[in-house]
Order: sequence, then structure tokens, then C-alpha cells
Amino acid sequence: MLYLKLFITFFQIGLFGFGGGYGMLSLIQTEVVHNHHWLTTAEFTDIVAISQMTPGPVGINSATYCGYTAAHNAGYGEGMSVLGSVTATTALVLPSLILMILIAKMFLKYMSTTPVQSVLSGLRPAVVGLLGAATLLLLSKENFSTPDINPWQFGISCFLFIATFIGTYFMKINPIKMIVYAAFAGLVLLY
Amino acid sequence: MNLYLTFFKTFFKIGLFTLGGGYAMIPIIEKEVVDNYNWIKREDFIDIIAIAQSCPGVLAINMSVFIGYRLKKLPGALVTCLATALPSFIIILLIAMFFHQFEHNKVVEAMFRGIRPAVVALIAVPTFKLAKSANVTLNNCWIPIGCALAIYLMGISPILIILLAGICGYVYGQYIKPTE
Repeated sequence: MLYLKLFITFFQIGLFGFGGGYGMLSLIQTEVVHNHHWLTTAEFTDIVAISQMTPGPVGINSATYCGYTAAHNAGYGEGMSVLGSVTATTALVLPSLILMILIAKMFLKYMSTTPVQSVLSGLRPAVVGLLGAATLLLLSKENFSTPDINPWQFGISCFLFIATFIGTYFMKINPIKMIVYAAFAGLVLLY
Repeated sequence: MNLYLTFFKTFFKIGLFTLGGGYAMIPIIEKEVVDNYNWIKREDFIDIIAIAQSCPGVLAINMSVFIGYRLKKLPGALVTCLATALPSFIIILLIAMFFHQFEHNKVVEAMFRGIRPAVVALIAVPTFKLAKSANVTLNNCWIPIGCALAIYLMGISPILIILLAGICGYVYGQYIKPTE
């Protein structure tokens, strides 16, 4: 049952997705691309690109898009695919809703205690690792091609990767601008 | 009823006008909730950010739920949560429906061949930024590197990594650090 699987998967992602939208990416990717094969690596990368260019949190965007595409790829019609979106997005938000209400209601006073802070300080460096894993998993032949298959595309891809990294990290160029530049480069050089 | 409508409008606007994800939303939420409506005091708002960041889930949703609950209990939380999620949901749904008709278009394919490596870099950048703010130094950099390689090379589930990291943090903070 696809919808039940979507629900369970995105509920888990919502429950264990520490570190905000980006921290969630490696969870979404592992579950959606590698475990369930709902999306290809290239499709997943496209979602991240679209998320960057549209308003709203990356986590919500990914869940909505994955839910739709998973149902669509499974051969369901438009209406049922929309239901896939609703299922995934609701499942992602539900743990937040439950947890934040519980904290606001009764656990607020425990948040600054040593045991809770100890757990959180253990999570912090691990979330950095999760984000690193998301990057490594996306450095794939679907996104970059390979020197054997298409050396031209591979070269251009590596250049765009390095240029975008330097542009956003060191020169503080707006990520959306960088995506637009990269799209233009793709159109001219990789058509 | 009017109050809920104001909640809905405010958080819908927050969801609609923030590009670049959760962190970009913080100043916008602050402006609306603290400055414009005086729903939350500024000191409380800073605490809410800290709590929302330490919890799992989407940051903007966490903050909306917490603020909504503070204001009007469960109905408030449901309204603010829905209002924050709805704009991205609608926009992405439209794109998803639309994109499937265009993804095999030659022009779109070429553009995405250029975009994909750039996006990988956009994910690499917050890895380093987060490393800085999480105080990753030469002494503890083996933790994120080990976690990343365990997921990448050994295919270990990120959920398992999160659980283990939480347990290790607890054991370290409770039993090892005090005796050091």
C-alpha cells in the first residue's frame, strides 16, 4: 500500500529530521531514493533545485513533490497523486505538531536541563555528518555524468559545482542567482 | 473567529514570502509576531527559536506550532501550522503537475543538467556553515566525518546515526564529562 508507506516514511523523516530542512535532506534521500526507489537521484536533485527557487521550507517542498511523484510514477491518476502529496506532507508535519505541543504544554521546563542538553550536543556534530552524506550521495553520475560517458558534460558539471561553491560560500552570491546562472550555462553548453 | 483569520493570514504570508527555507523565515516571523502584533515578547521569541531548532522537523513549522499553541492552544496551533505549510504545498503541487509534462523537453533537460551540479554545491555550503556553528573543530571532526562515511559508504540509515548520536551525547554528558 503506497499511501501507508508514504505516511510511515515521511512521519519517520519528520520525527528524526534534526537540523532543519538541510539536515533532513539525507534522510529524505536515503528513504525516498535508495530504500523505496520512488525517485531517481537526478529527480531528487531537481526537487532541491526547485525548493531553492520557490518559497517555503525545503522539507515541506520535498515531501509535497515526493508524494506526488511517487504516486504518479506508480501509475496513479492526477487526483490520487495529489492525495500522495497530502499524505506525505501531513505525515512530515505531524511529529512537529505533536512534539511542539507537548513541549509547550509540559516539557518546557526540561528543555534547559543537563540531560536534554547532553543529547542535543551529541546530535549537533552528527547532523553536520548527515549533511555531508547528503552532499556525497549527490556527487553521482546522474548529476555529473562521468569522464568515460560524457567528458564534456563531466567537465562542465565539475566547473559549475566549484563555481557555485565559491560563489555562495566565499562571495555570498544569492543561491537563486547561482541556479539561474547554472541553468543558463546548461542551456548554452549542455544542450 | 476573526483572530484565527488573522493568524491564518499572517502565517500564510510568512510561508508565501520566504525564499531559502527555515532560517530565512526567522526575521519575518519575528517582525510579524513580535513587532506588528505583539503576540509574543522578544525574550520569549528567542527561546522559541532555540527550542524549535533543537527539535526535529521543519524549523518554520515548529515555530508556527509553538506560537499558535501559546496564543490559542490546539486550534491556534492547527491554524498556524496549516497556514505556514499551505503556500509551499500549493506552489510545489502546481510545479509537480506541470513539471511532469516538461521534464523531457530538450531545453528543460539542458537547463537541469547545468542546475544539478550547482545544487550539489548549494548543499555542500551549509555543511561547512553548520560545522562552524556546531563548534566542529579538529578534535571532534571525526564525528561528522565518521557519520557521513557510515551513511555514504556503508549505507547505514541516518535515523540510526541520529539515535546513536543522541545516546552517545547523553552518556558523555551524564557520566564521562563530570569525571574528566
